Amino acid sequence: MSSHDHPKPAPLEIKFWTPGVLVLFAVMLIGFCFIIARYLGGLAVVTNLDNQHPWGLWIGIDVATGVALAAGGFTTAAIAHVFGRHQYEAVTRPALLTATLGYTFVAIGLAIDVGRSWALPKPLLFWQGNSVLFEVAMCVVVYTHVLYIEFVPIVVERFRGRVNLPGPFSLVNDRIERLLTLADGILDKTMWVFIIAGVVLSCMHQSGLGSLMLIAPTKLHPLWYTPILPLLFLTSAIAAGYPMVVFETTVATASFKRADEMEVLAPLTGVTKYLLGIYITLKIGDMIFRETYVYLFDGSIEGRSFIVEMLAMIIPWFMLMSKRLRAKRHTLFVACTTIVLGIALNRCNVFLIGFNPPYAVNSYFPSISEMAITACLLCSITFFYRLAVTYLPVLSAPSLASLEKES
Amino acid sequence: MNISRRRFFGVAGAMISSAAVGNAKNACAGRQPKAPPNPYGCVVDLTACVGCRTCEQACNRVNHLPPPEERLDDRTVLDHKRRPSTSAFTVINRYYSGRLDAQNQLVPTYVKVQCMHCQDPACASACITGALHKKENGAVNYDKSRCVGCRYCLVACPFQIPAYEYFDPLTPRVRKCTFCYDRIRQDEKPGCAAACPMEAITFGHRQTLLEVTHRKIAANPVRYLNKVYGEFEVGGTSWMYISREPFEKLGFLTLPHYPMPHLTETIQHGIFAYMWAPITLFAILAGVMWKINPQQMNHAPGFQAQEDPI
Repeated sequence: MSSHDHPKPAPLEIKFWTPGVLVLFAVMLIGFCFIIARYLGGLAVVTNLDNQHPWGLWIGIDVATGVALAAGGFTTAAIAHVFGRHQYEAVTRPALLTATLGYTFVAIGLAIDVGRSWALPKPLLFWQGNSVLFEVAMCVVVYTHVLYIEFVPIVVERFRGRVNLPGPFSLVNDRIERLLTLADGILDKTMWVFIIAGVVLSCMHQSGLGSLMLIAPTKLHPLWYTPILPLLFLTSAIAAGYPMVVFETTVATASFKRADEMEVLAPLTGVTKYLLGIYITLKIGDMIFRETYVYLFDGSIEGRSFIVEMLAMIIPWFMLMSKRLRAKRHTLFVACTTIVLGIALNRCNVFLIGFNPPYAVNSYFPSISEMAITACLLCSITFFYRLAVTYLPVLSAPSLASLEKES
Repeated sequence: MNISRRRFFGVAGAMISSAAVGNAKNACAGRQPKAPPNPYGCVVDLTACVGCRTCEQACNRVNHLPPPEERLDDRTVLDHKRRPSTSAFTVINRYYSGRLDAQNQLVPTYVKVQCMHCQDPACASACITGALHKKENGAVNYDKSRCVGCRYCLVACPFQIPAYEYFDPLTPRVRKCTFCYDRIRQDEKPGCAAACPMEAITFGHRQTLLEVTHRKIAANPVRYLNKVYGEFEVGGTSWMYISREPFEKLGFLTLPHYPMPHLTETIQHGIFAYMWAPITLFAILAGVMWKINPQQMNHAPGFQAQEDPI
């Protein structure tokens, strides 16, 4: 098994604060000011939302795209743990971390977006089984917990036998140690349940997100309104999983000066060419079956947006078909980034661009402050990712410096 | 792995396509339309309305809203199209269908806009907590104590009616016509219908109203088009309209005759009946794991697995 050749995940032990991290932190602070403004003056102060356009950038990017791109977590868990392809173990931890952070910030984004943030747990009390949103919310709540449970072994591995709190906290050192041992013992035997539950819950709410807009057949543009929209959301999320892993691993290994992990990433995207092929086939087949191609070249913004979205899938798909391009770090990164952006555009198309309220007098475009809060959330994810990989055993790629020393 | 993958897609595909087929067969499979058996309703006679906006004033009074911003004798307010808002649950708009009177002047038609109180409402189906609910008496009622503020109801409403208090930082409400719930519960007319000086709004039980209205149309074929808007639209609405001018020239939407929640609820209840789909998927994946990767079921993946001699 190649997992034995691959080095074990370890904390990076790097300097945390760099100029880049300071920039991230500044963006976070700016966004945080706008979040405060939202809680002082209401959504109207920071957003361009109105009664015609109740959902905006935060739903399109922070929630819908965030969930879709967090699919790397369950797709890597499925291939490495369920289907037993151990060579991909190396990317499961970073993907799990991204998913955990992704879902955490989906929840935070939602809390900012809903009018009564304090009422966010109410669906747990008042069940409404007819509501697609209720199903999505329940799955997201449970799945976020599953992700944290899946993350526990990483924390245990880091701190077991090393709990050494200073001062008065040292009294509980022993108890925490026992708790870690207990958690480890239980999870060692039961983790498979959580791993499979994570995949099932993901399939449920990824498709559920697609069902959301099916309640508005007169508002969603026919290019996207299709009864198979849930299936399209599910297949596109599955297809986006590995490209997102490539995107994030490449960015991380490049910025942390680690080995590029191409021996894992290149074969992983070999699977993507099938998954993406299924999605593209469904999407084009659906377009032909429902004869919606008539809207493609009618000069509308929707038609153009649909074409761009499809090109952002088809072009990288052809790139992934070539083994030569897949083996090169730069072309693989370009292909995968295009897919990631294409998925983001698809979600924005469904929730924002394709959403045409019949009596709208103006169209929606996000305000600067909405963008600032979205940027704040994205930077927060990056910030906490760096924090986690610095202090927890997540990344396993050897550093370039150590590789040079060996040679 | 490919076989399992394919099988998995088969399951997912079957789930969705069975739901889609259910939709095509409409009444025979999938979701049955819902509607209270004997709800109240209103019929607005657009040929009677003169656009005096007394109904707007009455509505604001009954619902404790600030009085209309524009005075009732200010006719310029009709120069642009308005939508119901957080401070006005009903508004009157003026349309010109193109018909000319004896003096060659365009004949205006005034259209009252408010919540249609759908028989099988999209907002209530969408609502994550059931804060919106279709009552037996016909009103689509909003319970702010359940509301989370997700605004999915605004997305779902085909008539684009609910308005949101975007300026309230912590306790915004969804605002819309209440069908004067407290009044109709005591079998009283809603505020607007009681106030209308032209008696353009007829209040009564929906079924009775439909019978009376169809007789009225049959008796006055010149005055009315043979159509009751809201009889079939989105599965029927409690508020309905009759008109002389074609409805599409008066800002009315051409809407399907099936209830809006049909497809979503067919899919949801198709997949989640007895949780069969998630359970099946779980079983398949557990089977695959047991077959391909059994050591996973004894030990968590990651560091332990690597230390294990295989």
